[in-house]
Amino acid sequence: MGRAILLDKANIPGIRAFGVYRAHGGYNAAGKGLLEMTPAQVQQEVIKSGLRGRGGAGFPTGLKWSFLDRKSTRPRYLVCNADESEPGTFKDRYLMEKLPHLLIEGLILSSYALGVRTCYIYIRGEFKYLVGILETAIREAKKNNYLGEKILGTDFSLEIYVHPGAGAYICGEETALLESLEGKRGNPRIKPPFPAYKGLYDCPTVVNNVETLAAVAPVIGMGGETYSKLGFGKSTGTKLMSACGNINKPGVYEIEMGLPVEDFIYSDEYCGGIKNGKMLKAVIPGGSSVPILPADLILNTSRGEARLLTYESLAEGGFESGSMLGSGGFIVYDEDACIVRNTWNLTRFYRHESCGQCSPCREGTGWMERILYRIEHGKGRMSDIDLLVRVAKNIEGNTICPLGDAAAWPVASAIRHFRGEFEAHIK
Amino acid sequence: MLKVTIDNIEIRVEEGTTILQAARMIGGKVVPPAMCYYSKLKGSGGKCRSCLVKVVKGSAKDTRPMPKLVASCSTPVQDGMVVENTISEEVQEARKGVVEFLLINHPLDCPVCDQAGECDLQDLSFGFGMEETSTVEPRREYPVVDIGKLIKLHMNRCIHCYRCVLAAEQLTKKRAHGMLYRGDTMEISTFIQTAIDSDFSGNMIDVCPVGALTDRTFRFKSRVWFLNPMNAHRECSKCGGRVTAWMFGNEIYRITGRKDQFGEVEEFICNECRFEKKDINDWVIEGERKIKRQSVISGNHYEHLKKGSIIHPIEGTTEPQE
Repeated sequence: MGRAILLDKANIPGIRAFGVYRAHGGYNAAGKGLLEMTPAQVQQEVIKSGLRGRGGAGFPTGLKWSFLDRKSTRPRYLVCNADESEPGTFKDRYLMEKLPHLLIEGLILSSYALGVRTCYIYIRGEFKYLVGILETAIREAKKNNYLGEKILGTDFSLEIYVHPGAGAYICGEETALLESLEGKRGNPRIKPPFPAYKGLYDCPTVVNNVETLAAVAPVIGMGGETYSKLGFGKSTGTKLMSACGNINKPGVYEIEMGLPVEDFIYSDEYCGGIKNGKMLKAVIPGGSSVPILPADLILNTSRGEARLLTYESLAEGGFESGSMLGSGGFIVYDEDACIVRNTWNLTRFYRHESCGQCSPCREGTGWMERILYRIEHGKGRMSDIDLLVRVAKNIEGNTICPLGDAAAWPVASAIRHFRGEFEAHIK
Repeated sequence: MLKVTIDNIEIRVEEGTTILQAARMIGGKVVPPAMCYYSKLKGSGGKCRSCLVKVVKGSAKDTRPMPKLVASCSTPVQDGMVVENTISEEVQEARKGVVEFLLINHPLDCPVCDQAGECDLQDLSFGFGMEETSTVEPRREYPVVDIGKLIKLHMNRCIHCYRCVLAAEQLTKKRAHGMLYRGDTMEISTFIQTAIDSDFSGNMIDVCPVGALTDRTFRFKSRVWFLNPMNAHRECSKCGGRVTAWMFGNEIYRITGRKDQFGEVEEFICNECRFEKKDINDWVIEGERKIKRQSVISGNHYEHLKKGSIIHPIEGTTEPQE
């Protein structure tokens, strides 16, 4: 079921090459946008499409673009956030590896809409092998006049640069990314001012996720209105889900939003059910930082409706009984998985990746990790469970950037839904 | 002019003023504590989170409350903004949480720390800290290092406020000092043990809110509350030469900048004044310096504070209104 509009060309042999991509209808959208539409019209189509940020927060892309300070006389920048480092999320890597030209096409259209002449792809340091793929694609596009000076004979010029990071998760936070891009230590900035006013080199900047920017190409290709009819309610279009864990067919899947979670886990088209015929225990539906949900709550909401893969449905019930779509990193646990060990593992990650700038995150992530280490290794006290809840609460919302929240939510939700397991570990 | 209400006290401020600055204009109990913000250092603030406040009304135009608590030191005031500090339970709870975070790895070695008695973290934990610790784990430990001949670094005590990094960056020409590593293993360090020998490096000691950076020429000489702070000045070619001389009888034990009620120096002083001129004949003594902030050093007598009371200036106290 569903339509693939991002990955439809992913399995064509040689699609990484400009010629093959062009022969299969690639760059048609770019041509349409640049030759037939004004920048304002391109932006209008994106607003109409209802496209939302695919990096995790789900903020409407058209609205984000409209915040860009257009009165400023300084140059504007578009930064593509390819620092995909969230455990369980690997969709952008797949997209860039398979379809580098799709991303470039999206960047051309977005830059055109925003009046940007210089665009950066900030790519995670561990994706070193992708740098070459992207740079080859950029060279090819330039040779064919889709990049560089006076693209397709219009007055629009654009340069794209690929900038590899050094492998810090925190540099996926947009302001930390900008700091890193400027050559500084990747510490998140204190907002305001927001990047739309003072971003890269103090100039107006838009930062978007790889998948979001790539999706601009099909949005222009098919028209915003058509795109908005895909999906379900306010979650329009398709979403890449990177499924992993105890499932038969881990991988990256493009789904039309609104697909029931149950279908996604059990149908052969997608995850293909739980490995070895085991029972489903829990799912982290949107990358390691979103709350974990037990089997009954991930399949159905607390009101008994089937849970769908949309921003709204996954969030239904708030943090009491819901979670978030996040980045689409879908991690599945079977009945044998140990939630305590898993939670400890996640806090280890966040402790390691905290930048250390603000006190709640710096001290809190380390503290939670130490407590969970104790519990996991048989040295826990009953009071530790409530202590963990308190520490998580004190971190949440009190930090400079969302990494604090990302570290606190998995712990709080694991205890909320699997308290018995923590108690059993301590006894 | 923008109108802002903090704890039901109204004040008009210039555009671009932060909530913390507006609160400081009001003065008294409504001033949030600030461990990392330092008005004389560009780019400071936003890090310690002890100055978190609740914005219940964003502005006259956009009356929605802000979804999270905000750092008052780095949030500019909007016209018609309504802020809650001491009267908000949520803020008090969050601040308690922050103090706990700052203390879980702090060695609590106040009895042997030179900063004791004039330490911002002591004040903060007196106001908001818990009486018992919830940690059983060992605390972070680092070796004590000399950074240059004049300054001692106790990394164990550091709260990572970045003030000294900014001071080194903004006051000295050669920056040899910064943050290494990240997360809770982050530490202040000089690059490959380079000595800091700039003329203004001593100010890093003054801006440090805790005892992480201390004066090697004053180490273990005396507790600060046994000394008499005196305003003094001298002709100096490098700085203004206006200092506080900490004296016992006719002997000068140490020289610091003149700190105001918020613990910030009025002006930065040079190393010559701070470290070399310890003879009373070098200085013109102006008279006793009144320590305006609530502190155990207020002209050699102990202030009587109740547990849970908030550190506020003694003069011109403004009470929050219910």
